[in-house]
Amino acid sequence: MAGAATNGRAARARTSELLRFATAGSVDDGKSTLIGRLLHDSKSILDDQLEHVMETSARRGDGYLNLALLTDGLRAEREQGITIDVAYRYFQTERRKFIIADTPGHEQYTRNMVTGASTADLSVVLVDARNGVSEQTRRHAYISSLLRIPHLVVCVNKMDLVDYDEAVFEAVVDELTDWAARLDIGDVTFIPISALHGDNVVERSRNMPWYAGPPLLYHLEHVVIATDRNLADVRFPVQWVIRPGSPDSPEHHDYRAYAGQVAGGVLQPGQEVVVLPAGQRTRIAAIDFFGQELEAAFPTMSVALRLEDQLDVSRGDMIANPDDPPVAGRELDAMVCWMSERPLQAGARYALKHTTRSVRAVVGELEYRVNVNTLEREAADRLELNAIGRVRLRTSAPVLVDRYRRNRTVGSFILIDEASNDTVGAGMLLHASSA
Amino acid sequence: MKPRNYELSYLEALEAESIHIFREVAAELERPVLLFSGGKDSLVLIRLAEKAFRPGRFPFPIMHVDTGHNFPEVIEFRDRLIDRIGERLIVASVQDSIDAGRVAEETGPRASRNRLQTVTLLDAIAAHGFDAAFGGARRDEERARAKERVFSFRDDFGQWDPKRQRPEPWTLYNGRIRKGEHVRVFPLSNWTELDVWRYIAQEGLEVPSIYFAHTRQVFERDGMLYALSPHVELIDGEEPFEASVRYRTVGDMTCTGAVRSTAATLEAVVAEIAATRVTERGETRADDRVTEAAMEDRKREGYF
Repeated sequence: MAGAATNGRAARARTSELLRFATAGSVDDGKSTLIGRLLHDSKSILDDQLEHVMETSARRGDGYLNLALLTDGLRAEREQGITIDVAYRYFQTERRKFIIADTPGHEQYTRNMVTGASTADLSVVLVDARNGVSEQTRRHAYISSLLRIPHLVVCVNKMDLVDYDEAVFEAVVDELTDWAARLDIGDVTFIPISALHGDNVVERSRNMPWYAGPPLLYHLEHVVIATDRNLADVRFPVQWVIRPGSPDSPEHHDYRAYAGQVAGGVLQPGQEVVVLPAGQRTRIAAIDFFGQELEAAFPTMSVALRLEDQLDVSRGDMIANPDDPPVAGRELDAMVCWMSERPLQAGARYALKHTTRSVRAVVGELEYRVNVNTLEREAADRLELNAIGRVRLRTSAPVLVDRYRRNRTVGSFILIDEASNDTVGAGMLLHASSA
Repeated sequence: MKPRNYELSYLEALEAESIHIFREVAAELERPVLLFSGGKDSLVLIRLAEKAFRPGRFPFPIMHVDTGHNFPEVIEFRDRLIDRIGERLIVASVQDSIDAGRVAEETGPRASRNRLQTVTLLDAIAAHGFDAAFGGARRDEERARAKERVFSFRDDFGQWDPKRQRPEPWTLYNGRIRKGEHVRVFPLSNWTELDVWRYIAQEGLEVPSIYFAHTRQVFERDGMLYALSPHVELIDGEEPFEASVRYRTVGDMTCTGAVRSTAATLEAVVAEIAATRVTERGETRADDRVTEAAMEDRKREGYF
C-alpha cells in the first residue's frame, strides 16, 4: 500500500515552499488593487473571473475595474461594498506557492484580522503615501507583532500621487521604524509602490531609481522563512491513537501508534522523549507515515509515532523532549483578542481548547486593555468585541503550554462559549504556572 | 526519506494540514461521514484519509449522493475504489427522494437534479445521525467558498449562515454542536485545482476515465458542450456531433459541460490545467451560472 507514496515523495513539485501572508486594509488604501495586480501579473486571475469583474463593475457604475469584486464574494459584502470576512486567495510562481489571507482593515473587524494573521509567515501593511502613517497602519503593525508574524512588509502605496518623491517614502520609514521598535518585530521591510501602475509590485519601478531594494513579489519569493520554525524543542500533541486491532487484520494485532502533527522540534527514531502530563520517559521506536518508516519528522508534518514502551497515551497528551518540556500550567497569563458581542468579564467560564486538549477555564483578573491605535494600556473590567487585553485564566486541569513567542502552536488557545458553542476568544500565552 | 534541511514541499505542507483536519474531526465528533462524488477532489480525500488512519480503518463511512444522472464511468470507478480500500459505502439516492415525494423532479429540457440532491443529502445526514460531513470543496473554486471556514457550521435545517461563521485562528478548530446540527468539513480548503492534479500525479492515483480525452457524442448549449444521454432532452436546433473532449469536473450528465481536449494522460492534463485561462466552474458548471451568488444561495440551503 505504501509503494506509490514512497516513490511520490521523491518527485517533488517545482515550487519548494509555501508562504502564507496576510494583508489588511480597506478599499481606500489600494489593498484590493495590490492583490489584484499580484494575481493578474502572476496570471492567477482567469479570463472568466476578469470578465465577471468587468461586467459587475460596469453594472454597479464603479467607474473603474473594481478588483475587490474578485474577493468580496458574499452577497452582503457586494451589497454594502465592504469586505467583512477573511478571503483566501491562491497564486503560484516558479519559486513559491502563496496563500493570501485577505482581511478587512477596519477596527470593527479586528477579530477577522487576527484570524487571518494567526497562521501567516508574513504580513503586508499598506500606507497611503499622501497621508503617511495612520492609525490604521499602526493597528495593523501592532496586530502583526501581537500574532508574532515574523516578517512585516510595509508597502508605501500611491507613490505616483506624490511624484515618486524619496523624501515622502523616507518620512514613512523613519516614523514607522521608531514606532516598530516598541513592537518587537523581527524583520521589517519598506517598499515604495504604486499598485495602480505596477511600480515595484512585480517589476522594478523605473520611476524610483533611488530605491535599491527588490519589488514586492521578488521579496515574497525570496524571504527566508525556514528559520522561523522552532526546530529545537520537540512538541508533538497526540491527536489520535491508531490501533487497528481488529480480528480480520492479524498482522496489525499489536500495532499502536500516536498520530499527530509536529508542532516543534525534529523527531527521530531512537530519541528519548517524555510523555506528558504523566511524565514517563521512553524512546521513539518508529515514525510511521502510510506504511513507510521515516528517518525524521519536523514541523508541520502529520505522522504517527510508535514508542518503545507500552504506555497509556491518549489524545490531549504531549510527547516532548525531556530536557526542556512545556509547562503544565493551570494559571495562565495571556493576551486575548475578544471575538464575541457578549463581552469577556471576570468570573466568566469558558471551554478552552489548546492543541488537542480541551479544558474549562475561569476568567480571573483582567489586567489591562490595549488601545490598539496608540498601544497604551487602559484599565478595563471587560473586553468588548474586537478588544485585545491581558487576561488571567485558571483552568480545570493542566494544559501543556509554551509561551506564544516560543511556539505559536503550543502557545495559542481559543475560548468557546459553552452555551452557544461559538468561538469567542483567541489567546496568546505570556506566562503559565502550575499553582 | 532524507530530511533535506527539514523543509516540506508545498504539496507536503498541504497534505499534512489536511491529514490534521481529518484526525481532528475523527477525534472530536461522534459520527462523521465522508461525502464522495467520484470526482478528483473526493478521491484525493480518500487518499488523505488513508494517510491519516492506516493501518487502521476509517473511523467513518463513505456516502455517495447518487442523482441517478451520473456518468456510468464514475459509478464503475466508485465501486472499484471502494472495493480496493475495503471501507463501507452508503448510497443515498435522489430517485428514492423523488419516489417518496420528498422532492419533485424538474421538467423540461434544462431539468437537473442538482438542486434536488440537497434534500437527499440532508435527509441522509439526519437519518444516519451524522454530525460531521467531509467534503471536497476548495476555496479557489468560487467566491462564496473563498470565505468559508474549514469547519463550516450548519444549523438543524442544514443551512449555512456566512455572517455567523466561527472565527478559526491557528489550526484550532471548534466542532462543538448541538443535537441536530452538523459541521461540513473541508480538508482541501487551501488546495487549488492544479494542486489536486499534481497530487494525483505524485501519488499515482487512478481517476475516472472521463477526466481524460475521449471521443463522445455531444451537443452545444449556452456555449458549453454536453454529453448526449437519456437524461437530457434536446431543444430544437441542437444537433449532436462527435468530438474529442474531457471533463474538468464530475457532476451530473445534465449540467456538467465537457471541454475540447486531447489530453489523454495525467501529465497532459496537468499541463492543460496549468495553462488554462478559464476556471473549472466557469467552464463546466451550468449550476453556477444562474445568478451572481448562485453558490452562496445553494450553500445557504445546505448544498455541498
